Amino acid sequence: MSLSAASLSQIDKEIAKYPADRKQSAVMAALRIAQVEKGWLANETLEFVAEYLGMPAIAVYEVATFYNMYDLEPCGRHKITVCTNLPCQLQGADTVADYLKQKLGIGFGETTPDGRFTLKEGECFGTCGSGPLCLHNNHKMHTHLSPETVDKLLDELK
Amino acid sequence: MSATYNGPKVCLWTLDHADPASLATYVANGGYEPLKKILAEQTPATEIIEQVKISALRGRGGAGFPTGLKWSFMPRNYDGDKYVVCNTDEGEPGTFKDRDIVEFNPHQLIEGMIIAGYTLGAKAGYNYIHGEIFELYESWEKALEEARAAGFLGKNICGSGWDFDLHAHQGYGAYICGEETALLESIEGKKGQPRFKPPFPASYGLFGKPTTINNTETLASIPWIMRHGGQAFLELGKPNNGGTKIFSISGHVNKPGNYEIPLGTPFADLLEMAGGVRDGHTLKAVIPGGSSAPVLPADIMMGCTLDFDSVAKAGSMLGSGAVIVMDETVCMVKALERLAYFYFEESCGQCTPCREGTGWMYRVIKRIEHGEGRPEDLDLLMSVGTNIAGRTICALGEAAVGPVQSFIKHFRAEFEYHIANKRCMVGS
Repeated sequence: MSLSAASLSQIDKEIAKYPADRKQSAVMAALRIAQVEKGWLANETLEFVAEYLGMPAIAVYEVATFYNMYDLEPCGRHKITVCTNLPCQLQGADTVADYLKQKLGIGFGETTPDGRFTLKEGECFGTCGSGPLCLHNNHKMHTHLSPETVDKLLDELK
Repeated sequence: MSATYNGPKVCLWTLDHADPASLATYVANGGYEPLKKILAEQTPATEIIEQVKISALRGRGGAGFPTGLKWSFMPRNYDGDKYVVCNTDEGEPGTFKDRDIVEFNPHQLIEGMIIAGYTLGAKAGYNYIHGEIFELYESWEKALEEARAAGFLGKNICGSGWDFDLHAHQGYGAYICGEETALLESIEGKKGQPRFKPPFPASYGLFGKPTTINNTETLASIPWIMRHGGQAFLELGKPNNGGTKIFSISGHVNKPGNYEIPLGTPFADLLEMAGGVRDGHTLKAVIPGGSSAPVLPADIMMGCTLDFDSVAKAGSMLGSGAVIVMDETVCMVKALERLAYFYFEESCGQCTPCREGTGWMYRVIKRIEHGEGRPEDLDLLMSVGTNIAGRTICALGEAAVGPVQSFIKHFRAEFEYHIANKRCMVGS
């Protein structure tokens, strides 16, 4: 098990931000980069990252389980995370979440049988003024959601 | 008459320009001039700190601690590395101001961090950016590259012989990392669990070195203060509450968004700028400073001005300036259930009172909301809260208790109705 040369070069760029004896500081970025490449973080991926950064595997596992944007189980090709926190809720997030559940036929934490979508409930994204909001595969934010814009988004994600 | 503010803005002024985030826009409007002047004149750190003290700039992340005082805690004659850290881990429900600074005025934040680095004798700085706004992590890194290429970062900055560099560090989904020592743990590549204090970061911070951590809006205010003087910044606001402040207003208003206005502006004016309560509805309650701030009923809030002291006097806190507006359709039990779930979900698990107490409060509120409440539940909630607050390493426990106790204090009848009738008083 290894990561691609492109991923390793990205990780090296992150390592260079910190003092030479502090490679562990790059673990959050390394796990993010590994997850983008592999789709999720299997134990062997965590072990690879641990070895690459010279950390105990358990310390990498602690980080991967502590921060909720890491996926320790296989995920659909498109992970949709909806913020349902209070400001978004006041602006209609529950309607959007219910619509997504009904349309995809799954609940929060589930993946469609064809492996296309995973639906998750998120906590505050810090963009409340533009809610309701969702994140696509952790990194692309979609704002001002409604059933209509959700339809459009899902159609684009093959 | 409609409320407007047309005076100077400290942070979001670039939005009045065509290409707000660009280096060209920033430089064309006097950007990086304060830094150049400081480096050319070798302004003593004590003079810079004195201006920051005069400005009455108070930490914009929520605590409102005087920034000049915080800076003066850094050891002067320490023989080793020191760090400056920016907290853009903006995850307090209702708060979305720092993201706009990073998106629309990244260079002012960079300049603020460089001036902080110079003043505090730091070797490098890190900006910890909330994981969920990853697109801004990437755009801020691009801004850093521009600043480096222009000679404002790296070796021999502006020919002064001084070296300093900045880097972005990403969060990845943990509210607790907004707590400054949890944030430091996270930069060190660990779980974000807050450290016991003392020692404070000024003596034992990042990598065990003296470190100052400030909020994004705080650091972005520094270039303005150095350019116009501490007194001018103070006069934008009111005594002990210097400057303009970005208020993030969300919930039941017609125009949710960020409004940068002077500290001390009446809440009623901000509400009007945000287009008022959504059409056809009336104001019921407001959380004035992010989800951790105690809720206030409409009548109290309408009498408040938006500054640290006035909101504190009314029984809440200005916090991060995140104003969550609720109209008469909101069931306060349901609203509280969602907030209680948030704190339960985000407790780091380190301290028993918080780890167990936040879950306990959530379960009790959930059963009230779902028609299974018991008459003794409200007293139980108050008592669990009292046994969390003040008994934990960090403030998350207290932050979880503030909403619970204030919702029950101000809207007790709604909770009692839910328990007695097993349904909601509002909209049923």
